[in-house]
Amino acid sequence: MRDLPFVMYDEDQRQILAIVERLVRDANAKGIFIVDRNGQLIVEAGEMHGVDTTSLASLAASCVAATGSLAQIVGEEDFPVHFHQGRRDNLHITLVGTSFILIVVFDERSSLGLVRLRVKKASAALAKAFEDMAKRAERAPASPTNSPFSEITDEDIDNLFST
Amino acid sequence: MSFINYSSREINCKIVYYGPGLCGKTTNLQHIYNRTNPELKGKMISLETEAERTLFFDFLPLALGEIRGFKTRFHLYTVPGQVFYDASRKLILKGVDGVVFVADSQAERLEANLESLDNLHLNLAEQGHDLSSLPYVIQYNKRDLPNAAPMAEMQRLMNPNGVPEFEASAATGLGVFETLKSVARLVLQELRDASR
Ligand SMILES: Nc1nc2c(ncn2[C@@H]2O[C@H](COP(=O)(O)OP(=O)(O)OP(=O)(O)O)[C@@H](O)[C@H]2O)c(=O)[nH]1
Ligand SMILES: [Mg+2]
Repeated sequence: MRDLPFVMYDEDQRQILAIVERLVRDANAKGIFIVDRNGQLIVEAGEMHGVDTTSLASLAASCVAATGSLAQIVGEEDFPVHFHQGRRDNLHITLVGTSFILIVVFDERSSLGLVRLRVKKASAALAKAFEDMAKRAERAPASPTNSPFSEITDEDIDNLFST
Repeated sequence: MSFINYSSREINCKIVYYGPGLCGKTTNLQHIYNRTNPELKGKMISLETEAERTLFFDFLPLALGEIRGFKTRFHLYTVPGQVFYDASRKLILKGVDGVVFVADSQAERLEANLESLDNLHLNLAEQGHDLSSLPYVIQYNKRDLPNAAPMAEMQRLMNPNGVPEFEASAATGLGVFETLKSVARLVLQELRDASR
């Protein structure tokens, strides 16, 4: 009954990171984060070193989830783009495909118009990358030979809690 | 839905603490936060009302250690227990890997516990989940209070299937880690069985 684990391989990470790094430059962004709709960080790029990405990912996903439910209440399917304007920094959030969230942080070195334009282009590339990722996961389903977890022993689990 | 990242060699799982208003879900997370080494925990986020009732959720990321070379992380969430926050509870349950049901042992809260348990069944069913196939444990909290209902009665009403259960007093920390370890263990076993 449970959803299968969501798996990301090196190749997926590289492909997605390349798109995101290009977007940082094209949009003059401070930082860009990709998060899945369950609140897990997928990749990050830009100059925002040291921000609490775990919190960021969880809050962004919750924000998108809450706004999505609001959309349904007023008769929309979803609100695919969210924009939060601050005094210095702004947040531009877009849904990519059905499962991912693209977060762009930018300041006065960029503009909403530029970010919008570049995000639009990058979204298509990202959607394609996520499709490829899903295909790879289908082709190589977790099995005893390629999943490190099939071999977990009760002892391994106990060891986690020994500290 | 657990997330296995081969690139950063991490595995993330989501555990949700469910239960009626004021049963002690937030208190569980606070105790875990207070007793965990700084390098193993992230920031605890509490989205709450001015009266310290959970409004949307509490969130606490924990790193447990390594398993087969993978960093094992658990994301703990609580739901808001007050009945009228049901829309938020549904959102938080999305992608859940394991559930802790925190019951309030006070005799006058028996009804509220059962209502919340029904609500949990309903909200999981909406997502195609089912408590019988999900890692799931029960915590009987507030055992320290003089008006706590007898254990036998609570077990009979709330745990007909005999899932792992724990007596607790989250305010002092009694039973809190036992509960967490038990559900984390079930989640990892499930992950193993799913990849076999
Ligand atoms: N005596 C006693 N009090 C407790 C215990 N656990 C929690 N409390 C108290 O119960 C009250 C409510 O606890 P919370 O943890 O905020 O409850 P909650 O389940 O998060 O409530 P909601 O956010 O409204 O859903 C607080 O005043 C706690 O101190 C316990 O084991 N014993
Ligand atoms: Mg709470």
